[in-house]
Amino acid sequence: MKDKFVPALIAGVATLILAFPLLGLNLVSNGLGLGIEGADNQTIIYIVLASLAVFVFQLFKDNVVNIAKIIPLPRKAYNPKAKVSQAQRDKKEKIFTILIVAIALIWPFFASRGNIDLATLVLIYVMLGLGLNIVVGLAGLLDLGYVAFYAVGAYSYALLNQYFGFSFWICLPLAGLMAATFGFILGFPVLRLRGDYLAIVTLGFGEIIRILLNNWTHITGGPNGIGSIPKPALFGLEFGRKVKEEGNVTFHEYFNIAYNSSYKVIFLYLLALLLVLFTVFVIRRLMRMPVGRAWEALREDEIACRSLGLNRTIIKLSAFTIGASFAGFAGAFFSARQGFISPESFTFIESAIILAIVVLGGMGSQLGVILAAIAMTVLPELAREFQEYRMLLFGLMMVLMMIWRPQGLLPMKRRHMELTNA
Amino acid sequence: MLESSLYFIQQLLNGLTIGSTYALIAIGYTMVYGIIGMINFAHGEIYMIGMYVSFVAISGLTMLGLEYLPLILLITLLISIFISSTYGWAVERVAYRPVRGGNRLIALISAIGMSIFLQNYVRLAQGSRDIAMPSLIQGGWTMGPPEGFQASLSYMQLFIFIATFITMTGLTLFIAKSRMGRACRAVSEDMKMAGLLGINTNRVISLTFIIGAALAAVAGLLLGLYYGVTNPYIGFIAGLKAFTAAVLGGIGSIPGAMLGGLILGVTESMTSAYFSSEYKDVVSFGLLILILLFRPTGLLGKPEVEKI
Repeated sequence: MKDKFVPALIAGVATLILAFPLLGLNLVSNGLGLGIEGADNQTIIYIVLASLAVFVFQLFKDNVVNIAKIIPLPRKAYNPKAKVSQAQRDKKEKIFTILIVAIALIWPFFASRGNIDLATLVLIYVMLGLGLNIVVGLAGLLDLGYVAFYAVGAYSYALLNQYFGFSFWICLPLAGLMAATFGFILGFPVLRLRGDYLAIVTLGFGEIIRILLNNWTHITGGPNGIGSIPKPALFGLEFGRKVKEEGNVTFHEYFNIAYNSSYKVIFLYLLALLLVLFTVFVIRRLMRMPVGRAWEALREDEIACRSLGLNRTIIKLSAFTIGASFAGFAGAFFSARQGFISPESFTFIESAIILAIVVLGGMGSQLGVILAAIAMTVLPELAREFQEYRMLLFGLMMVLMMIWRPQGLLPMKRRHMELTNA
Repeated sequence: MLESSLYFIQQLLNGLTIGSTYALIAIGYTMVYGIIGMINFAHGEIYMIGMYVSFVAISGLTMLGLEYLPLILLITLLISIFISSTYGWAVERVAYRPVRGGNRLIALISAIGMSIFLQNYVRLAQGSRDIAMPSLIQGGWTMGPPEGFQASLSYMQLFIFIATFITMTGLTLFIAKSRMGRACRAVSEDMKMAGLLGINTNRVISLTFIIGAALAAVAGLLLGLYYGVTNPYIGFIAGLKAFTAAVLGGIGSIPGAMLGGLILGVTESMTSAYFSSEYKDVVSFGLLILILLFRPTGLLGKPEVEKI
């Protein structure tokens, strides 16, 4: 412990140096100029406490880690006799999936409106996470500009509706198509880039899209955005109190029941659920097709990929295109749900959040991404008082997760068969 | 004719001013990438922190009654460099060292997380609104007829030129002549071999981060005096632009970062003047994409041979 004293002291003093100028002193404008004043006592106390905490932590870090190793983690004992065959595992998985889907379908009829709304938001992020999972998790291409495709999908529906009057159901595939086209366009410049360069270029692309949307005022409305985007209708049955378009009947009039604002919310939720199930199903199939396997081969070792004859251009382009199309669907649904979109919703932070969802969940693992999306969306809602600190904790969480468990919460497991010597 | 050439000269001067500050920040990116091969996403936030600390120091010194301007600037420079270097060192120790050697994506996400953390830390500490400071260095020279357009070179711009020139000369001398500079060059060429030869690679890497942060602090002070306004969000865009400059000049090469910074600054200024100021960011990123498409190693970079 003694040889840790000096490093711990340095760490503690460094914390003090880091925190004091920015936290301990506040810039205030007095008159024409700028002055500083000391922060309130509570902040100073926090700074001193933090320094002490860092000092103590550094001093006893090794001891704590050793103690933590003694505590045995619950671990499934390896039992070579209990051979669960792949067929039985499949059956269990199928039952589990059906159960989950059933609960998801029935639940909204018994839940409060706010919770259903939150669940719809969760489902949007699930869709985005699964889409980015293709690009980052399966194909290993660091995409930091994913929000651009999200924006393209959202604006596609809004603009097509505004200028041509297309309904949501026509615009949904069109939004996916538009986003896929942009994904294809992005794919070309980044074909030869790897690693960090790819990340920066995709980031630049995302920013370009946002700036263009912000400045093309006469087409996209600029910073004012586009408003009065209609919600989707179910075979002509609208869910509002009165019809917005002639020729349609409202839902409650058609079935002769009283108007209830929950119907709209439940309908949106079920629609989102449908889209998510579609996404999960499609990606699951793709993962087992040659396309999906090629993505994973690309992620593991690009050079081996090439030497085996796989055309990496097609693999990368397909990953970008298909991943982008799911963002397009999510975007179209988002603009339908919100009724109003502006470039402010499509900043880099959104891309970072979606990337965090994919990495937190475990790259390539669909279930992990779904759970991570739920966690990332629900936790800020639960901790409402910490709203201000949300982004701060988010950044901290990203760093800590990478240090502690970079493979994610539920790392992906490939379908495999185990060889036994029997 | 005279007026349009005066306008051009003005834009050129403005561009070179901004460009030299981009060059200072870009050197930080290029040095870190040259040594450990990762993009220090949090570098832009270090620049922003440098600017904030400069503001705090200048305000504090002014409140203490100090009047002599060069002394204020000198003390502010030293304080800002010290605090920013500590931040750079701490960021490396906390966020990058534990994930070194692993997957590239892990380090990148750690960097992004650190960047978000620092940005929000300053936002919570000092407020998210703009903070303005009255300009300290005023006046300058003007060229041209009094009735028409006058191109001007302000003392502030001159100060920026001189300061960046001195800083970059100092850095180049340090890298070329000093022992630690030789160690930096060795580690950036081959880290394992340098370690085998007895160079403390951890210390060299920390030094690289510290130097990068110090340069960013200088840039923060200069731009803080130039623009007079700061807010917690300037780090992000400045970081991206500086990274574009570093890539433009050839990542891993310090003269490349300087050249790239100047070129980017002038391009931005010309775009803003002759085309439209809203699209200057688009032009910067477009330039990045073009460079990466057609000459990925940059203008002064060495072509990388991919060994299979």
